[in-house]
Amino acid sequence: MRTNGPLALIFHTIFVVAMLAPIVVVCLVAFTPEGYLSLPTTSFSLRWFRKIASYPEFVHAFWVSLGLGALSSLVALLFAVPAALAIARYSFRGRDAIAALFLSPLMIPHVVLGIAFLRFFTAIGMGGSFTGLLVAHVVVVFPFALRLTLAAATGMDRSVEMAAVSLGAGGWTLFRRVTLPLILPGVISGWALAFIQSFDDLTMTVFLATPGTETLPVRMFLYIQDNIDPLVTSVSASVIAITMTALILLDRFYGLDRVLAGKSDPGR
Amino acid sequence: MSAAVDTAPANIAATADTRDGRAPWALTAPALMLFVGVLVIPLAMTVMLSFHDWGQYKGIEPVFILKNWREIATDPYYAEMFWRTFRIALLTTLITAMFGAPEAYILNRMSGRWKSFFLLVILGPLLISVVARTLGWALLFGGNNGLVNKLLMSLGLIGSPLPFMFTETGMVIALAHVMMPFMVLSVWTALQRLDPQIENAALSLGAGSFTIIRRIVLPQIMPGVLSGAIIVFSLSASAFATPAIIGGRRLKVAATLAYDEFLNTLDWPLGAAVAVLLLVALVLIVVGSNALIERRYAEVFR
Repeated sequence: MRTNGPLALIFHTIFVVAMLAPIVVVCLVAFTPEGYLSLPTTSFSLRWFRKIASYPEFVHAFWVSLGLGALSSLVALLFAVPAALAIARYSFRGRDAIAALFLSPLMIPHVVLGIAFLRFFTAIGMGGSFTGLLVAHVVVVFPFALRLTLAAATGMDRSVEMAAVSLGAGGWTLFRRVTLPLILPGVISGWALAFIQSFDDLTMTVFLATPGTETLPVRMFLYIQDNIDPLVTSVSASVIAITMTALILLDRFYGLDRVLAGKSDPGR
Repeated sequence: MSAAVDTAPANIAATADTRDGRAPWALTAPALMLFVGVLVIPLAMTVMLSFHDWGQYKGIEPVFILKNWREIATDPYYAEMFWRTFRIALLTTLITAMFGAPEAYILNRMSGRWKSFFLLVILGPLLISVVARTLGWALLFGGNNGLVNKLLMSLGLIGSPLPFMFTETGMVIALAHVMMPFMVLSVWTALQRLDPQIENAALSLGAGSFTIIRRIVLPQIMPGVLSGAIIVFSLSASAFATPAIIGGRRLKVAATLAYDEFLNTLDWPLGAAVAVLLLVALVLIVVGSNALIERRYAEVFR
């Protein structure tokens, strides 16, 4: 394998700096001691992080996002695990069409999904409810939960299952004691990725959220629409920190490239 | 996107137990009901909505008329807005391909530990809130004293500050940053299939670096660049947060216009028509270019 020349390394350095610059600048501005947007020059201060606590809208939105993300990805898995097992193990008529339908929320623009859910939930009298928001998030994060579960179920060694069957295990016991533990890394990664997708979604949620059910990205977006001050940078920095933690765990646990590409070759 | 759809395994039927014909249906039934109930029906309702009538005082009237579609077809405001949307998406796609493809190639030539470190650094932002990332660009652009303008002026590239906020230039730069990981990932996946020995063979036969990249590497990663381009294009054309924050209230794209019709003007039928048109246009573009790519690079997909 040939190595990179100096020109390639200069390109690489500029590229990485440009990729990180907006994220780094948000985190730096969050530590400013001044009352306005500025890079901290003399000292770092936590005053804008402390200020978050006195803004109940942000705190409330954070808890909504956290609950919504955790719950919607869990519910999505309850639907996705059986579906993934069926798609991975059986060849039945319409399997490809069903798989395409299940992955379709990835291909439909979120603005269209937001409008469709808003129309639907308003029509059935659930407009602005947390349940409606939850169901919408379940549908949107479902493909992520399905993809990683599917990858795990496809790559699973089935001889262990056969052994359990030959020893008399069946049905629920087989699933709980043998199948589930074997696909668990895929299931947990699917949950984590689905959580991040739900936690970060703005485009669809902005159509459904009402003042009581505003998520953090929606609250941040609406705040930025009015004015940009250091408070929103400290909120952003906190969000970045949470995501980074999840990201590093996900990478250690499963391999970030596999999570993002959703590849189905566990042999890598 | 297209890269995501082909994960349905095709060659596992050999081990699959096909004895019980009802089992797969029982297992997929809950998810199927969920998808038909809260995805297919709402989408159909949205298409219907785009044919309804709306008035300032009468609200939505469930009739079947072409008023909204006629308005979009005849009012040049919508033609201009859709043209802007697709122009921004196309420029974003070109920029990500120009920078993302070489970066993926450089990344692939790094040694193990550096490779996974920088892969994490470049792909990581994909999972960071798009609001936070766009806020970063708003801070970097920020008026005439923004860091980007200071940097460009100190390098002597420009004489006076350029406007980035509330311009298409700013939107394209911020969108390219948001979409870049998709392109790098797509090209990087294509590079994994490339046999390094072919490069070495070309080298031993006396080919220069430029020839190797042009004649050996580029043709082989082209499918990766193109499928990355499809993903980036369709996501950019339907992007909401970045155009809304960087573009402000006047520079509208399809997604921000639909948002305005729904939550400010409250003309839902017109907003639904804009959204349905965006969806149809994107599906046609994605399916069309997928077919073109697969015909052109049939041997790669075999």
